Order: sequence, then structure tokens, then C-alpha cells
Amino acid sequence: MNAPAATANPSSLRLVLTLAIAGLLSGIAIIGIYETTLPTITANKARELREAVLKVLPGVTQMQALVHRDGELVVVAEPAKDEPVIYGGHDAQGEFVGYAVPAAGPGFQDTIALLYGYRPGDREVVGMEILESRETPGLGDKIYKDADFVAEFSALRVDPEIVAVKKGTKTGPNQVDAITGATISAKAVVRIINEAHTEWSERLPAPGSEPMLEAPDSPVDEGAQ
Amino acid sequence: MKENLSREEFLKGIWRDNPVFAQVLGMCPMLAVTNSAINAVAMGMATFFVLVGSSFLVSTFRHLIPKQVRISCFIIIIATFVTIADYTLLALVPKVHKELGAFIPLIVANCLILGRQEAFASRYPTKLAVMDALGMASGFLLALFSLGAVREILGDGALFGFNLFGANFEPWVIMILPPGGFLTLGVILLFFNWFKTKKDEFLEDVAAAQRSEG
Amino acid sequence: MKKRDPDLLLFHAPLLRQGMTTPSAMRDVVWALLPATAASLWFFGISAVLVLASSIAGAVLAEWLFANKEARGESLRDSSGIVTGLLLGLTLPPGLPLWMAFLGGFVGICLGKVIWGGLGHNLFNPALLGRAFLQATFPIAMTTWVPATGDAGFFAIYPGNLALPFMQVSVDAMTSATPLGLMKFEQVVTPLNELAFGKINGSLGETSGVALLLGGVYLWARRDLDWRIPVSILATVILFSACLGLFDAERFPTPWFSVFSGGLLLGAIYMATDPVTSPVTPRGAWIFGIGVGVLVMLIRVFGGLPEGVMYAILLMNAATPLIDRYTQPRVFGRGIESP
Repeated sequence: MNAPAATANPSSLRLVLTLAIAGLLSGIAIIGIYETTLPTITANKARELREAVLKVLPGVTQMQALVHRDGELVVVAEPAKDEPVIYGGHDAQGEFVGYAVPAAGPGFQDTIALLYGYRPGDREVVGMEILESRETPGLGDKIYKDADFVAEFSALRVDPEIVAVKKGTKTGPNQVDAITGATISAKAVVRIINEAHTEWSERLPAPGSEPMLEAPDSPVDEGAQ
Repeated sequence: MKENLSREEFLKGIWRDNPVFAQVLGMCPMLAVTNSAINAVAMGMATFFVLVGSSFLVSTFRHLIPKQVRISCFIIIIATFVTIADYTLLALVPKVHKELGAFIPLIVANCLILGRQEAFASRYPTKLAVMDALGMASGFLLALFSLGAVREILGDGALFGFNLFGANFEPWVIMILPPGGFLTLGVILLFFNWFKTKKDEFLEDVAAAQRSEG
Repeated sequence: MKKRDPDLLLFHAPLLRQGMTTPSAMRDVVWALLPATAASLWFFGISAVLVLASSIAGAVLAEWLFANKEARGESLRDSSGIVTGLLLGLTLPPGLPLWMAFLGGFVGICLGKVIWGGLGHNLFNPALLGRAFLQATFPIAMTTWVPATGDAGFFAIYPGNLALPFMQVSVDAMTSATPLGLMKFEQVVTPLNELAFGKINGSLGETSGVALLLGGVYLWARRDLDWRIPVSILATVILFSACLGLFDAERFPTPWFSVFSGGLLLGAIYMATDPVTSPVTPRGAWIFGIGVGVLVMLIRVFGGLPEGVMYAILLMNAATPLIDRYTQPRVFGRGIESP
């Protein structure tokens, strides 16, 4: 042992001081890295969200965040933490196209988080994108890897509710062909959308009176490239 | 002589005292995030950064840290580097960060890192400590990569996302799931130990032959 | 050969001997599986031969590769590798790619036997472990059931069998559901006589209940199996489904359907009774059998999978040392209280 044994019994003050200084330096380093990386991280998240919204709402070029406060949908720039938020999608002329609704629920393995596009005028789901899932590779992960299954959600009536049926037996516009071998995951996706739809449908304003686009050419554009 | 010593410290971490194959340390990230080569390498790089950084600081300040609070100081230093790695990955490669998830903050709890501080960096001069950390971290990275590569090749038919066998490959789903980590690690450990035994036997034979000649 | 001297015989204990040895017991199992194997040939033709041969080849190769050089001949001669390969093969779907059957046999022996220290030291049934590995590794291929060859004749090979190693089948095979799958997902009940004689879809060996029972009777007559285990498994399953039938006869399977569908008979007679991985005490055998029966029914009725025999037996395998420990008979002459 040739190292730290220099002081046999240091005073308590020295111990406390050492820890305090170490903590202080560590805090400064952490704040430094947080401040440096924060802009990039925020931009990444915004870009990811924007890409997902554009994917589930075909024809949309601009979006704004909407929250439900005091009985109506209001546009917010920065939703409060843990506040349920949906996104209004508008086309290049600023006309309202539809809502993108984030939803989550239990899948076969773990929570599935997804985003679906909804056109209140047609009462149709027009797109679906899985944001997060840990479904079984090769089976359950077909809910986002199987293009046929994802395409099932491109013109899907929500009335009376979406139903997953055995592959090849689809008869109505509100039915989805489930995935052979991954029925549970496919049904979970349908259930998550149904639940989110029931939750939001009473909060949405009548078709035609959706919130106007407040900041045309939304500033999220930067960093999109 | 001095050169040889630091080279020795570097090399021992890669093979003889490899943190995974010989010391069986750091099993949690080893098994959890090696389901693809890219995840494994990202994890290995993050650990590399944390281990080398912490060893450097601990060894430099080893005379200033009272031994009664040394563990707390080591943890503060390690945690700082882990936080830096966490935010850097989140900013640079958000996709990989999402896959690694909770396992980046958990590098703090990787016994390999704290173990090197306690057993080596706090007792030896900075140069040797850094060489030791470089060796151990490279060994860990190598182990993570070999596990991740095997699991991705069998489980996905690809390496770093680059398809190797064409569209008709039948993926071994189990390799991407947790049991695949245990199976692959077990097989790799088997070969490591088999090789070691063979080598020892060979060296013994050589030594015996030399003795009988001399 | 040593010359026998009848005047004085010196033996170690045990002094009582019987003819049964490991090789003879293993050979008995092979004979007992003959009716089921013949039935699989009858229904699935040459494909059955190929799948069975592949899984046996995988098992025997692993046995040979990892055996001690000195003991290599011995470990091959007791034919336990062949039994494992044959049992595994009988639990596989007929249209499975041959390389997967081979891999299953290889992994079954490696993980199920060799790493534990060889025959007699393993905790889990090697054949079922091989099957569990295949199920987790190739979930789609392992649940692709092809119908019996029927009109196509004995020499018609399922296209799935011939997939190149590490490749999947490029041809879309005609598939169909097993009776348990039909029951669980489509509420279609298969008639009992089809179940008993085997004109149904399923893995190679599980289709014909009668052939399996025949082999079971042979094993019992040869004293090769502990009759308590299959009897308690089947009785538990029958009782369990009878109770469920009282609640809702429409929704739940009838007792006879439960017994003759899926791999229950194959598992109860040939796999749960593996002397290495089942309890040795009579009371333990009852507990083991009841446990398997309850787990099978729980998985089948309330679980996400149509079939649960494999997992039920593997789970009870894991509990076997514990069961043995708590069911040790009292040593003669000692009271319950004494240490």
C-alpha cells in the first residue's frame, strides 16, 4: 500500500470538505453538459415528433400542440408536464386536416406507445405509427414492420368501434386484418386506439370548428433537414 | 522497463484478466444491451469513457482523498462521467440512447468501474492507472462487441444493420431476447476457458520438455 | 472371461439384482414409441422419417462430440441420445425444416444433458428443452402445422422440410390449425374418434392417442415407468376439465377432448416419466403428476398459448428436487420427532 494512507485519522471537517468540493465540481460539470446538449436534445425530440405527425396525417405540413383546458381545445406552445396533448395538423394553406393523437397501453410484452392520425370530418383513422414497443421480434414486432398491417390504418372507420378480425375475413370499413401469429399485439394496437378515441372524442370540438393555426409556418421547421 | 510495465497493464485487461471472460464482471449491461452490435458498441464506448475518465481523476487525486470517504468520492466522480456520457449520447445518437434506455445511468453501478478504482487507480500512479483503465475498457468493449455481433448475426442475419444473408434468412428470435444473451455468453466463456486450459497444458508440456533437456 | 468359481461368490452390496440396466430401459422406450412412430409415418409419410432422422442425428452427434474420449462408446451405446432425438422429433411439426430438427436435437443434448454432467445429472428433460429452444428460436416454423399427406402419397415431401440451413421456406405452405388451436381461437371442436386415431393436425407423434397408450401399456408391463405419474396427470386433467364443464360446457373443452388433444398423452407417458427428471418417491410422483396436470389446464384454458404440456413438464422438472426432499419416507425405526 503506497497510496492514500498519508493521513491516518483526518478530521471530520476534512472529510466533509472533500465530499463537498467533489460534489460541487461534479455539479458544475453536470450543469455544463446539460446546458450544452439541451438545444440539440430538444431539437431532436421536436423533429422526431414532427416526422411522426407528418407520417400519420398525409397532406399535413404544419402542426401545433393542443391541450384540453376548461372544456375546450386550446393551442399551446409548450404543454405543461404530464398534460395530455394532441396535435392539430394543417396543410400548406393552413387548412385543418386532422388530429394526431398519442396513445399508449399494454401490449404482449410491455407498453406500446403509438401515434395515430384522425380526421374528425370523415370519422376515420388515417395513419398509425408505433413510437415504442418491445413486442416479440419476428412476431409481435410486425405491428410496425408489416407494411400491410400498418396500411390497415389508412382509412379506418371508428364507428361503432375498430375491430381486429382474423386475417382475410375483413368485411366492414371499421375492421382490421390481424396478424397471423401475433393476434395479441395486433389486438392491443386496436384496443389502444379505441380507448384513446373514446377518451378524446368528447373533448374534440364539432368538425369545422377546430382551433385555427396560430403560428403559420411553425418554427419547428428548422432542424428538420 | 517502465514502458514494458505500462504495456503489461494495458494488455492484461484485453486478454488474461479480461473483465468479462476472466473476471465475469459487469454482467448486467453485458447481457442486457448486446442484442445488436451497434448497441453493444455504444455501451462499450460509454463505459470506456467513464472508466478511463474516472481512473484518471481518481489516480491523480489519490493522495487528496481521505480513505474513509474514498468510496463516496469514487461514486461522485463516476456518476459525473456517466451523466456526461448519458447527455452526450442523447444529443448525438438519440435512437441508440432509446435502445440502451436505463442501462446508461446504470453504468454507475457497473462493478467493473468501481472495482478498478478501488483495486488499481487509487493505488498506482496516473500513467499506470490510465493504461490499466484503457486495457480493461478495451477488453470490456471487445467482449460486448463479440456478444453483440454473434447475437445480431444469428438473431437478425445482419451486422451493424447490414444484411448478411439475404431476405430468406431465418432469424433465431431467441438470440435477440434475453435468453440469447445467457446462451451466447455461456458458449463464449466455454471457448475462452477451453482455450486457456489448452494453452496452459501446452506451456506445461514445453516447460517439462525443457527441464528434461536441461 | 473370468472363470466362475461356484464355491465362493463375493459381491458388493446390493446383493439383489435385476436385469434392468440403462441400455435396456432405453431400448424399451424405443420399442414403446414404435406404434406412435409408425402412426406418424402413416399420416405424414416420408417427411416424418426425415424429421425424426434429423433430430436423432443432431442428438447423437452432440452426444459423441462432448463425450469423454474414454467413455465415448459407452455413452453412445446406452442409446439415450437416440431416445432423446426420437422423443424430440415426435413433438415437432411435420413440415419443419430439417436443419431446425437437427439443431433442436443438438441443443437438447448440449443444454439438457451435457452441461449438467451427463445422463442422470440433468434437471430438465433434454427432449423438451430442445423443443423449448426451438419454440423460442423459430416461433413461426414451430407453429406452422401442415395437414396429413393424404392423397399425395407416402413419398410426398413437405416443401418446408427442404429449406436450406439458416434459411426459411420460400414457398407458402398450406397450413391448418391443430385441434387445440381451433378450440382456443375459433371455438371449433374436433370429434373424439379423429383425436383418438390421429387423423388430425399436430406434431408428428401426438396425433394418434391410441398408439401412444399402446406404448404406455408396454412400458408399464416392463416396469419401465412409474404408473403414478401418467395416471395422476391424466386424472387431474380429466377432473379439472370436468369441473370447468360444470360452469360453462360450451366454452371449455370436455374431459376426453383435453386428454386426447395436443401433446398430453405423449408428454404424460414418455416425458413426464423420465426417471432422471421426475421424483423418485411415490408420494412425490403423485404431487408431480397433479402439478403437471393443473399447469397444463391452466395454460391451455387461461393462458395465451393453445398448448402447455411442454412448459408444464419443464416447470415441474424444476420443482422435482424440492418435491423429493419433502417427500422422503420416514426411516424405519425412527419416530417423526427424532432428528
